[in-house]
Formats: sequence, structure tokens, C-alpha cells
Amino acid sequence: MKFLPLVLANLGRKKIRTALTLGSFAVALFLFGLLVAIRGAFNQGIDVAGKDRLMIINRTSLIQPLPLPYRDRILRIPGVTAVTFASWFGGVYQDEKNFFPQFAVDSETYRNVYPEFAIPADQWAAFLEDRMGCVAGASLVQRFGWKIGDRIPIRSPFFGGVWEFNLRAIYKGQRAQDDLTQFWFQRKYFEEKGPPYMKGLVGWYVLRISNPDDAVRVTKAIDQEFANSAYETRTQTEAAMAASFVKQMGNIEFLILCIGSVVFFTLLLVTGNTMAIAVRERTAELAVLKAVGYSDRFVLGIVLAESLTLSVVGGALGLGLAKAFTAGGDPTGGMLPVFYLPPASLAAGFALALAVGVASGVIPAFSAMRLRVVDALRRV
Amino acid sequence: MSAIPFVYNIESVRARWTSAIVAVLGIAGTVAVFVAMLAMARGFEATLVTAGSPENAIVRRAGATSEMDSIVPLSQLRPIEDAPGVARAGSVPLVSAEVVVVGALPLKATGTDANVQIRGVSPRALDVRRHVRVVEGRFFKAGLPEIVVGQNAVRTYAGLDFGSRIPFGGLTWEVVGVLDSGGSAFDSEVWADADVLNQAYQRPPGIFQSATARLVSKEALAEFKRTLESDPRLTVQAESEVEYYAKVSRMITNLILGLGTLVALVMGVGAVFGALNTMYSAVAERSREVATLRAVGFGVGAVVLSFVAEALLISFLGGLLGCVAVLPINGLTTGTMNWQTFSHLAFAFRVTPALLAWGVAFALAMGLVGGVPPAIRAARLPVAAALRDL
Repeated sequence: MKFLPLVLANLGRKKIRTALTLGSFAVALFLFGLLVAIRGAFNQGIDVAGKDRLMIINRTSLIQPLPLPYRDRILRIPGVTAVTFASWFGGVYQDEKNFFPQFAVDSETYRNVYPEFAIPADQWAAFLEDRMGCVAGASLVQRFGWKIGDRIPIRSPFFGGVWEFNLRAIYKGQRAQDDLTQFWFQRKYFEEKGPPYMKGLVGWYVLRISNPDDAVRVTKAIDQEFANSAYETRTQTEAAMAASFVKQMGNIEFLILCIGSVVFFTLLLVTGNTMAIAVRERTAELAVLKAVGYSDRFVLGIVLAESLTLSVVGGALGLGLAKAFTAGGDPTGGMLPVFYLPPASLAAGFALALAVGVASGVIPAFSAMRLRVVDALRRV
Repeated sequence: MSAIPFVYNIESVRARWTSAIVAVLGIAGTVAVFVAMLAMARGFEATLVTAGSPENAIVRRAGATSEMDSIVPLSQLRPIEDAPGVARAGSVPLVSAEVVVVGALPLKATGTDANVQIRGVSPRALDVRRHVRVVEGRFFKAGLPEIVVGQNAVRTYAGLDFGSRIPFGGLTWEVVGVLDSGGSAFDSEVWADADVLNQAYQRPPGIFQSATARLVSKEALAEFKRTLESDPRLTVQAESEVEYYAKVSRMITNLILGLGTLVALVMGVGAVFGALNTMYSAVAERSREVATLRAVGFGVGAVVLSFVAEALLISFLGGLLGCVAVLPINGLTTGTMNWQTFSHLAFAFRVTPALLAWGVAFALAMGLVGGVPPAIRAARLPVAAALRDL
């Protein structure tokens, strides 16, 4: 530690070079944070999937409905503890660009299945009492500047007309990855105002089971129950359903991995190059240090310490910027509802920065260690 | 005042090849990512836009955002068929009333289900869409549970091979033909008779989602549109098919472009830092050379020009390398989900000469930003002091 001033003085010698190398580190780690957040946004559905939740959709496809009387038959299957259902509304608020999902939910059972959404008791009570009431996620409310009591008009391209809703409650999540951009309203209102052919039909069922290890058996039991009916079902765990969506999006992981490796390889070259130049310029000084009695190890350490300092400061700077950027939420305006940087990834990014710091310093440090004092001093 | 010969810069880059390579690779990586993202967005857009023909008009319910949420009942079909400008084969108007549904079929690559778009069309659909051809087998027969499958769909999903039978929506369908639409979105679709599909999906009979009409010419659209939209019996909107598909692709194209540009910009900043570093070290190491050049009579402008030229040379090499590295992805087929239709769509990356030009331009811009400040510093070096080091 007592040599820290020496390391810092060395770094301060070429201020522009040090600043640029720090900048390269910061940019690379900022990008790392960005890519992690993008990846997280695509995989969000998998991260929030409840282990004890199953989803039932129509076997033909998710846009085909299921009959409402299935609810009681599902409840009778052993292992099922709660069932709720919802329908996709697909409305447009003001402009098509303002996309967010709207569900007509069964207000009596919805929260039994999704306990992670926190709603103040008085707001929830107000929602239950209002036929035209609706509940919106906290980030959605923030995005459009809504307040409790606002009347929200939503145009429905599927069912026609403009539907009006009163904002009665705002839900919050308990984890950073919870989707706070959903919009729920009462199934009763949907049945009343919707077209006659939608009566008695629901979009999908969600259920909770008593034991997650039992999922395979319950899944099979449900699909068998409705086999050979007019509405056959496909039951999946919530995670499997979300994963199938992500797989359809294409290979995001691979794309991000490619970009990430290009960036880090380049960074390694940039810092490695900087350190090599620094050592070359200071050959004489390092030789003097050795000549006055400092060990080879010490010289190795002092060069490594320099590249490590660069990586620590630059890495912290980049990750800090990334954290600040992602704290602003979705940069695309609704397409990536959950956009954040988890602390574990911050730690991983920092470790990566340290690794690059060591890797880029190692070759120059060894060549500095191996300097033969006689040769080096002769150049002075 | 004369310029410093360019050979000097080439030699200088060669002499300092290690740090030049760092800058070249940094810029190459950035350009490669930039071009790849643009190629992806362009490929996706092209796949959808080429699905439309300029002579075709698509009619949907007024206010519908896409085919998925539109309704055109049978009663409204006749006025559409009788509208002016509709092309006819003999006395039969070339209009295909269509339904679009989604079916879950397993992807060959992963074994998990993906949504394939299933289009119920009129048996005359091939006359309406002239760029779609049957390349294997035949078209379906009206009223039978037969399907024809786009060639990308055959490759993407398990169980859609020519001649096989596949159950979905309560019927077992026979694959009687394979379609080629020249790489457009129809290549990812499955086509069946609209009436049979309506029954299989338990939809009310006589309800379609859109009607695609072949017009006698591109110019007939305005008249066709005016007639339909002012007809009090109808609640429809008509637009060119090309325009419609451009709109349907916009959401994903913008997402890819937005994220791609963000990533490329951030990488660009990093690459500029790399270039600046290289050029500043070059200037520092060459203060004597520069002083000598000045001493023998080259002016400040000539020195600045020379260093900027060197930075541009490095970035140009980087740009070229990046373009070469990204070329193999041209034509590579990948797939994604189109959120606007809820279905999976195969598309190919398209690296066009224009995109490559953009890539090189981006590289040169990075070179300029990374080269000018060090060049100015080089020119400002005090001649006497620098020469004293000798």
C-alpha cells in the first residue's frame, strides 16, 4: 500500500493516455451492463415464473379461447390449490406506439394466484366495487402520468369502440424483475360490453399447485381431462411457457455473447497496448529501481498494480454509469417492460474488469521483471 | 506549401504495427456489429415488404391495427369485388378473402412449440398473389382439409414435410404442396382453404379478416380506396399491400435498429478512445520526426493533414476488415417472433452495398474524431524544444 503514491504518480504522467484507457474500460463495462439488462428484459418472463404456477391454453394456439366451465373441473384435479383466468384485450391507448398488455381478469381469484403483486387494501376494495375499475402497474402509471381516479379511454380494435376505465388501484412488485406495466380490469365489464361470441369463454387459465415437484403429473391429468373435447388444452409450467416465447424471439443469448466477446477482446488489446508502451517508455526507471535493490517481484507487482488500478477505476466508472442508465427504466418506450441491472451482474462485471486488468498487465509486467539491469541501463 | 507524401503515413503505420492493429481491430469490431444490426433490420423489413405486391390492395376493417384484429363479413365482400379497378380472370374478380390464425407447432431446432401463421385463403389466391408459386406438389382443393406450406415453414417446423399429415385445430390436414414466394413472409406461412379453416377453428362461418384484391394497375388504388371508404354499407379501409406490410414490420425493425444503434454507438465511443490512444502515442513517440518535418519546411497544415490522413488510413483498414468479417452473415436465415402478428417469421440477414458503405463511413467518422486532436497536438509541438531531445 505504501507504494500506491508511486503507482498513482506513474498513471498521472501521461494524463491523456490514462484518461483514454480508463474511458475504454468504462465504455466496455457500460456496454456489459447494457447487454445484461437487454438479455434480462427478454428473459424476464422466465425469471418471474412461479415454480408452483401452471398455465393452460388452448391446444391449437394461444389465441383460441377456452370455455369457462373448465374452471370447476380443473379445481377438482388433486394437487390444484387455486385457479384463475384472464383474457387478452389488445386495446390501444391514444396511439399504437403506447403498447402495454391489458387483461380482463377474474378479480375474485386473480391475486390468489399472483401473490407477488402488492396493492394497498383500500385501493383494491375500491377496484372491486367499481365495475369499470382498473388496476395498473406502477411503471405504467408513471409512464403516462396517471393518478388514482383518472378515467382512461382505451380503443379496442378487436371488439370495437372506445372502452373507458377508472383507475382504482396501482400495484407494485416485490422484486426488481416483476413486470409493472400490466393493466387489469374486471371480467364482468368485459362480459357485458364485449361481443356475444366471447361470452363464457376465457383466454387462458393460471393455477397454483400444492407441490412444484408434482407439476408433471398435474399437467398430464389436466390435458387428459379435456382430451377429445372441442377445446383441447395444453398445460405448461409458467417457466416453460415463457421460455417458448423467448426461443421464438431468436438467439438473443448468442448475439449478445458475440458482441460481448468482440468488445472484451478489443479492450484487452487496448489496455495491453497501453501498458506495453508505458513499460517501454520507463525501461530505464525500472532498471534503476532494480539497481538500487528492489526485487524482481516488486517490479512485477508495481506494473500489475498500475493496470489493476486502471481496471478497478474504469470498471467501477462504467458499471456506475450502466446502473444509472438502467435506473431510468425501459429505453424503448414500452417494448422491454422490465429493464434493470441485477447486483449479481454488477459483481460479475467487476470481476471481468479485474480479469482484463490482470491479463493485460501480465505480459508487460513479466518483461519488466525480466529486465537485465545492465542492458536496460546501457540505453540511458 | 506542399503536403507530406502519403507513403510516409503508410511506412509509419507499418513501423508501429502493434498499436495500429489494436486500433484497426477496435474499429473493425464496431463496424461489424453496426453493419450486422442494420443487416438484420433490413432483412426483417424486406421479408415483410416483399410479401406485398404493388398492384395489390388489402382491405381491412376501419381502425384495425393488423389483420389479426380485423373483421370483414361475407356481406361486405361483394361490394369489394365489384369496386372499380379490381382485376378479373374472365368474369371472376381476383379477390382473396382471408382469415389468419396461429397454430402451435414444434420448431425443428429446439423441439419447443412456436406459433406458425396459418392463412386461410381463397382458392384463387395464387392469381391474386402472382409472386407466390407452387414448387412441389399442387395447390389445395377447395373444401378439403389440405394445406400448402411455405418453404421456410417446411424447414423450420417438424411435421410439415411434403406429403405428411398433421393434426391441428380438430382436423387432420394433408400437406399437398410447397410454396415459394421469393423469401417473403409467406414463406413462413401455412395456407389452407379459408372456409375449411374457419370451421376447424370453430369460428363463425362467413367472417373473414381481410380481403386482398388484385387491381388492374398500381394507379387504380386511389379510385378503389375512395369507392370503398365512401360506401355507406362498408366499414373498411383499403391500402396498398406493400404499405401494409411495411407498417407491420415497423415495430420489430425499430427495436432492432434502436438497440443496435445504441450498442454500436457505445462501442464507437470505445473504438474512438482506442484510436485516440494509438494516435497520441504515435505523436508522442514521433515528436522528433515531427519537429524535423517542421524544421525542413513543412507547415502546420501539412502536419495536421498528414496525421489525420494516418488516422483515416487506420480507420479505413478497420472499416474494411469489419465489412469483410460481417459478409458471411449475408443470406443467413434466422427467425424471430413478430409481435404484431404473434407468429414466428423466418428472415435472412441482408448485407447490401449501401450498408457496407455506411459501415466504412462510420469507421472514417471514428477515425476523424480519433485523429484530429492528436494531429493538432503534433502540429503545436515547439520545434526547437522537440529537436533538442536529439
